[in-house]
Amino acid sequence: MWQFITDRSDQIVYNTLQHANLVIQAVALATVIAVALAVLITRVPRLSGLANALSAIGLTIPSFALVGLLLPLAGIGATTAFIAVTFYAVLPILRNAVVGLQGVDKTLLESSRGLGMSELTSLWRVRLPLAWPVILAGVRTSMQMSMGIAAIAAYVLGPGLGGYIFTGLAQIGGANAVNYAVVGTVGIVIVALLADLLLLLLGRLTISKGIRA
Amino acid sequence: MTATNETQSVGQDAARNSEVSGAEIRLEGVVKRYAGQKTPAVDSLSLTIPAGEIVMLVGPSGCGKTTSLKMINRLIEPTSGAISIDGKDVRKQGHDELRRHVGYVIQGGSLFPHMTVEKNIAIVPKLLGWDASRISDRVDDLLDLVGLDPAKYRKRYPRELSGGQQQRVGVARGLAADPPVLLMDEPFGAVDPITRQRLQDELLSIQRELRKTIVCVTHDIDEAIKLGDRIVILQEGAHVAQYDTPENILAAPADDFVSDFVGSGSTLKQLSLARVNEIDLADWTTAAVGDSAAEAIRKAQTVGHDAVVVLDNRGRPVAWPWLRQLRNEDRIPSYDPEKLHTLDSRATLNDALDTMLTSSHGGAVVTGDRDQYLGVIDFTSVTDHMRTLEQQAAAATDGQARG
Repeated sequence: MWQFITDRSDQIVYNTLQHANLVIQAVALATVIAVALAVLITRVPRLSGLANALSAIGLTIPSFALVGLLLPLAGIGATTAFIAVTFYAVLPILRNAVVGLQGVDKTLLESSRGLGMSELTSLWRVRLPLAWPVILAGVRTSMQMSMGIAAIAAYVLGPGLGGYIFTGLAQIGGANAVNYAVVGTVGIVIVALLADLLLLLLGRLTISKGIRA
Repeated sequence: MTATNETQSVGQDAARNSEVSGAEIRLEGVVKRYAGQKTPAVDSLSLTIPAGEIVMLVGPSGCGKTTSLKMINRLIEPTSGAISIDGKDVRKQGHDELRRHVGYVIQGGSLFPHMTVEKNIAIVPKLLGWDASRISDRVDDLLDLVGLDPAKYRKRYPRELSGGQQQRVGVARGLAADPPVLLMDEPFGAVDPITRQRLQDELLSIQRELRKTIVCVTHDIDEAIKLGDRIVILQEGAHVAQYDTPENILAAPADDFVSDFVGSGSTLKQLSLARVNEIDLADWTTAAVGDSAAEAIRKAQTVGHDAVVVLDNRGRPVAWPWLRQLRNEDRIPSYDPEKLHTLDSRATLNDALDTMLTSSHGGAVVTGDRDQYLGVIDFTSVTDHMRTLEQQAAAATDGQARG
């Protein structure tokens, strides 16, 4: 096992970084999309039910199926992987962002209007900062989930550690099959833990001390 | 050095602002009708609120008082009618622009929990594009005005403050850009009675200095009598039942609704009209924090006092310890000013009696502008004054009966 890792260490490190890179970028984009959608939804209450339904349905689509559906559109490679991961990453963040934004005390919003804040200033300086802890919790869930989904993306030759898992499965019974699968799985778990730690730190830096639990 | 400069600038501000800085507000035939309701919430309200006065809107719940208030800064748009501030129609200004020039204070202060005290107060000046150093000076000045030490409270978050302190910051935030008009919606509803009385006193003290036009909604007639230069008593649909000074409303209620609302015991309510500053205050031995304790005890004993009023370096009373509590001290220690329950000189005799009953001294320390020490009021002087008032009232009714 150790031999297996040292022989391929350069490549394993490269793939691990690729994996992290894919997921972090996808989650970052997903956060922007989800928050923007959530702002729209909280402004137009009728959309709220629709959004909940869509995100519930979205989560039931098997990731394999989605990757398959995307293939004819985006082809084989990193783009398809990125789109698929982003799609799933949006869903938990969207839910939390809607709950977070709706949970902001109405009297505070009236207060912000009463002080002469424009709609946009109030969003930027009052609603988003107050909803941020809840949004960030959604980002953390999303990040964990996306780590696993990104492994599936290796099926369309996307970047990352998923390739090892597929190689392992393909060579079942072979000499290195278990080694491949273990390196892929443990690698993803480690990346996921590190990413979570990073988000925890981000929370420390970006959540106001006045509302931190 | 800095401290002296600060005190000076505070003094100058006070001098500059002692004339009326408020603006007249006029409501003409204002109607607010909500969709799907038969009767309008506000039915043709006309009212002129003179510059520099505190006008209290009071009435039973659902009478339209809060709706009326919120129409002044267009948080609620009137269905018809005209509202003007200082002669300018409020609908001709953008609503954000309008609200930046009308202070707004609501129950509990409604501070933004994710912002420090400093940031909360700086909101409107920032929106108006003031530069950083001007904003910073203003925050200091306002915290000082509402009786919070800037050095101690600037960087705190609302959840680190008591209810009363939050409400004080709320008032400071409303006054931040020095608006001519301040709208207050049940500002002291969420605090305990003792804190409420103190906050009311402070508002009166601030108003003495600033002379804004303040429109304040309350459901508490006693608060209205205490704070208002004038009171508007509203019935359902914001019909004005009576609009007059507290004295006149108590003496001559316009109709049954008003007399019911004002309630019985209106001679007792007269006590809410008499203010502490009508009574001569007694001098008391004072000492500053850091003075020699032995010296202070000696001074007190020569005039027969059994306690000393301790003042901080800005002349604000912070404690009223007995001499025996000082005997073990070398220097006068510093105290937590929150623990001393003082009376503003505009406080009512009702408040004075309340305060004295809870004080072990049988008296209370009276303060003026910016919590400066004025003197001490004692039980006998209040009861004497009450007796005089009663005799005067009796004489007046006698006169009426004979006439």
